[in-house]
Amino acid sequence: MSTLSLTSAFSLLLKRDLVLAYRRRAELVNPMLFFVLVTAMFPLGIGNDAKLIEAVGPGVIWVAALLAALLSLDSMFRSDYDDGSLEQFMLSAHPVSILVLAKILAHWLVTGLPLFIVAPLLAVLLNIPASAIPTLMLTLILGTPVLSLIGSVGVALTVGLRRGGVILSILVLPLYVPVLIFATDAVKTAIVGIPTTAQLSILSAMLVGSLVLAPMATAASLRISLS
Amino acid sequence: MIIRFFHQMGSPRYFYSVAGKMIPWFMTSFLITLLVGLYYGLFVAPADYQQGESYRIMYIHVPAAWMSMFIYVVMAVSGLISLVWRIKMTEVVVISSATVGASFTFLALATGSLWGKPMWGAWWVWDARLTAELLLLFLYLGIIALHSAIEDKRVAARAVSILALVGVVNIPIIHYSVEWWNTLHQPASITKFDKPSMDMSMLMPLLIMAISFKLYYGAVVLMRARAEIVERERNTRWVQEMVEQEVK
Repeated sequence: MSTLSLTSAFSLLLKRDLVLAYRRRAELVNPMLFFVLVTAMFPLGIGNDAKLIEAVGPGVIWVAALLAALLSLDSMFRSDYDDGSLEQFMLSAHPVSILVLAKILAHWLVTGLPLFIVAPLLAVLLNIPASAIPTLMLTLILGTPVLSLIGSVGVALTVGLRRGGVILSILVLPLYVPVLIFATDAVKTAIVGIPTTAQLSILSAMLVGSLVLAPMATAASLRISLS
Repeated sequence: MIIRFFHQMGSPRYFYSVAGKMIPWFMTSFLITLLVGLYYGLFVAPADYQQGESYRIMYIHVPAAWMSMFIYVVMAVSGLISLVWRIKMTEVVVISSATVGASFTFLALATGSLWGKPMWGAWWVWDARLTAELLLLFLYLGIIALHSAIEDKRVAARAVSILALVGVVNIPIIHYSVEWWNTLHQPASITKFDKPSMDMSMLMPLLIMAISFKLYYGAVVLMRARAEIVERERNTRWVQEMVEQEVK
């Protein structure tokens, strides 16, 4: 253990989490399925008005992505908390924030990336013009990691609670607002045909900022939850 | 001298007795400034040339909105202190402030919508400031919910401190993103009254009310802190002796 370098610890943890996720393939589909279902509900609720559906499309896709991310957050540390491996991470010689980052990355690959893959399909369902779909994909690839990163703080704070689910959503959703605003705005701007560099830059800044700060807050929160 | 004072304030027992002595002072000065502020605000200050008498709700609304942000910052700062130096009393301040802060936020939202109805013609508009205030209320509610969900109160206080810090980093981002969102998606359908530089006769009551609300916060936070201390220290001798004396 003492000879294990930080990079190999990181990649081992990442590999372990991916293997664990792959063993439960049925669960892998769940966030994606939820994402598609929620998005499909909106036209049924709003009515069959192509103009209206197009207007709300980016917002609907992003709110659904937010909810799908929120739903899948709970699994981030749950099994490790239950079987005690989380405590082992705390005891390891490596900085917890880096180990946490590996877990967040694995979690995003398993739950965030699928959303990115089905998004074009949903964009077509919601009449979003093909010219705006690359922007939608870009916002998702920049935005969903931020959701996982910010969410990890909330999960770390609530992992020890028996009924953390509702509290988690109260904690995390207000913090998701900036991502939602800039992502949907980028897509809407792209539909009109105006360059979206500004929104995408801000999303990237959020990604970088949360990449640096969130793992530390998550590590501190985990320490508290496990104390 | 000052350092010694701070060290002593770190002890729950000392804090409890000092807080008990300070509460009446805060309360009476709160009541005095409240009466003065309300009198000048509601009776002496002239009516607004555009909004008539209904602008007077400002004397509740604006100080409440100020307090909602002020208290969050107080929580974040004391949260940082309690995480870094593990001072018990700042932990107590964090959680004692949450409910007061949430109440002020709610008060600001409620009075804002009451003010909005005659001015804008709607109870609620998705104005940047209203939306940011609503999200602030959610942040407060999250803190209260998290604190009540964790049974060990010391653990809860530290968890809440982290959450307050995460929130305080996010508040400016939320604020500016909401403002951006608002200016892009809502063309000037609401003609907000141009804020003229306020006349002294209108400004003074506002400042008095702001001081009054701060004093109220001071009094309430000390009361809540005392209650929290007694609950946390209920197994110590000084609390038990105190309770026994109360019973006699």
